[in-house]
Amino acid sequence: MFDALGNMFGWLNDSLLKMVWLNDVVGRFVESVLGLSLTSRLGSSIQFFVYDTVKIFVLLSALIFAISYVQSYFPPERTKAILGRFNGITGMVLGALLGTITPFCSCSSIPLFIGFTSAGLPLGVTFAFLISSPLVDLASVLLLASIFNWTTALAYVVMGLVLAVVGGFIIGRLKLERYVEPFVFGTHLADAELPELTRADRLAFAREQVADIVKKVWLYVLIGVGIGAVIHGWIPAEFISAVLGDRNPLAVIIATAIGVPMYADIFGTLPIAEALVNKGVGLGTVLSFMMAVTALSLPSLIMLKKVVKTPLLATFFTIVVTGIIIIGYTFNAFGHLFV
Amino acid sequence: MIIKVLGSGCANCQKLEGLATKAVGELGISAEVVKVTDIAEIMGYGVMSTPALVIDEQLKVAGRVPSYDDVKRVIEAAGGAK
Repeated sequence: MFDALGNMFGWLNDSLLKMVWLNDVVGRFVESVLGLSLTSRLGSSIQFFVYDTVKIFVLLSALIFAISYVQSYFPPERTKAILGRFNGITGMVLGALLGTITPFCSCSSIPLFIGFTSAGLPLGVTFAFLISSPLVDLASVLLLASIFNWTTALAYVVMGLVLAVVGGFIIGRLKLERYVEPFVFGTHLADAELPELTRADRLAFAREQVADIVKKVWLYVLIGVGIGAVIHGWIPAEFISAVLGDRNPLAVIIATAIGVPMYADIFGTLPIAEALVNKGVGLGTVLSFMMAVTALSLPSLIMLKKVVKTPLLATFFTIVVTGIIIIGYTFNAFGHLFV
Repeated sequence: MIIKVLGSGCANCQKLEGLATKAVGELGISAEVVKVTDIAEIMGYGVMSTPALVIDEQLKVAGRVPSYDDVKRVIEAAGGAK
C-alpha cells in the first residue's frame, strides 16, 4: 500500500515537477537532429539549456498562477491586521510565515514598512516579514523540490524562516526604533475596508501576476540557465570544487560574497545552483549563494534607506549575511542527511 | 467625478493611470484623473499595496492593475450611483 503510494508520488514528482521525460525528449533531439553526443560539451550544454528553460517557464507559470490565487486572500493590509494582534516571538513567527504568502514587490516596501510601523507593529515583527518575504516564497519552494528534492526544499524553507525569526528577534532586542525615520511614526494608515474580490477578480489577479512576473524575470532566467549551461558543459569540476568545494573552507563565504551584490530572482538563480550541485559543490554553499542573491538586493536596500537610518540598515544587512553564512556551513556539515 | 490613481510612480501605477484616462475618454464622462504619489496621502486611504484606484474618495481597487474592462466597469458603476 505504502509502496504503491510512494511509487505514485515518485511518478508524479518525476513527471510533473522534475519533468524527467522532457530531459529525455530534449536529449533525443540533441542527438538525432543536431547530431551531437550528449557526453560532448556542446551537446550536454544545449540539453541543459533547452530542458531547463522550458521546465522553468512551464513550472513558473503554473505555480505563479496557483499561488497568486491563494495570495489574493492575503493582501498586506490584512497581514498587517493579523500581525497587529500578536506580540513577541509569536508575532515574529507569524510575520515570517505571512511573509511567504503576502504578495509583495519591492516597489511596495516603503508603504508596507510605514504601514506596519505606524500601526504599532514591533520592528522585530516587521523585519521578520521583510527578511522572509523575498527569501521564501511558495513558487521557489516547489521549484527547489523540482530541481533537487523535497527534503532539500523543506530544509530551505525551515532555514529561511528560522533566519527571518532570529533576525527579527535580534533587531527587536537591540531596540533600534530611534533609527527609524521620524516621519514614519507620524504617518497614519487609515483603516479602510478593502474592496471585496470576486472569484473572477482573483483569477484575473492570478493571470496578471503570471504575465507580470514572467515579463519581469524571463531575462534573469535565460541568463541564469545560460550560466548554468556553461558551468554544466565547460567549466571543469576540479576548478569549481577548488573554489567552492568542500576542500575550500572559505567556500560558503565566497558564495555569499558573490551572491549579495547580484540582483536576480530566485528563478534565475536556481539553474546556476543546479549546475553547481551537479559539479559537486556542497548543498550548503549553493543554498548560501541562492539566499544571498534573493534576500539582499541593492534596490530593496536603497528603498529601505528612505525609511530607516544607516545603523538599522547595517544591522539588518549584517544579521542576514551572518545568518546565510551560518546556514551554509550547517548544511555542508549535515547536508548528507538530506540528499 | 474625481478619479485618483495611488502609487509612488512604479510602472504599474502608470499603467493604471493610462487605463483610467482611456476609460474616461471612451465613456465620455466628465472626470478628472489625478495621480497621488505622496506616501502619507496614499496611506490616508488605508492602502499599502499600490497601485490603487480611488473614485470620489472611495477605494475601489488596491494592489493590482485590473483589466481595462474592469476599470471601465468600476468607473461606470461609480458614475451611475451619483
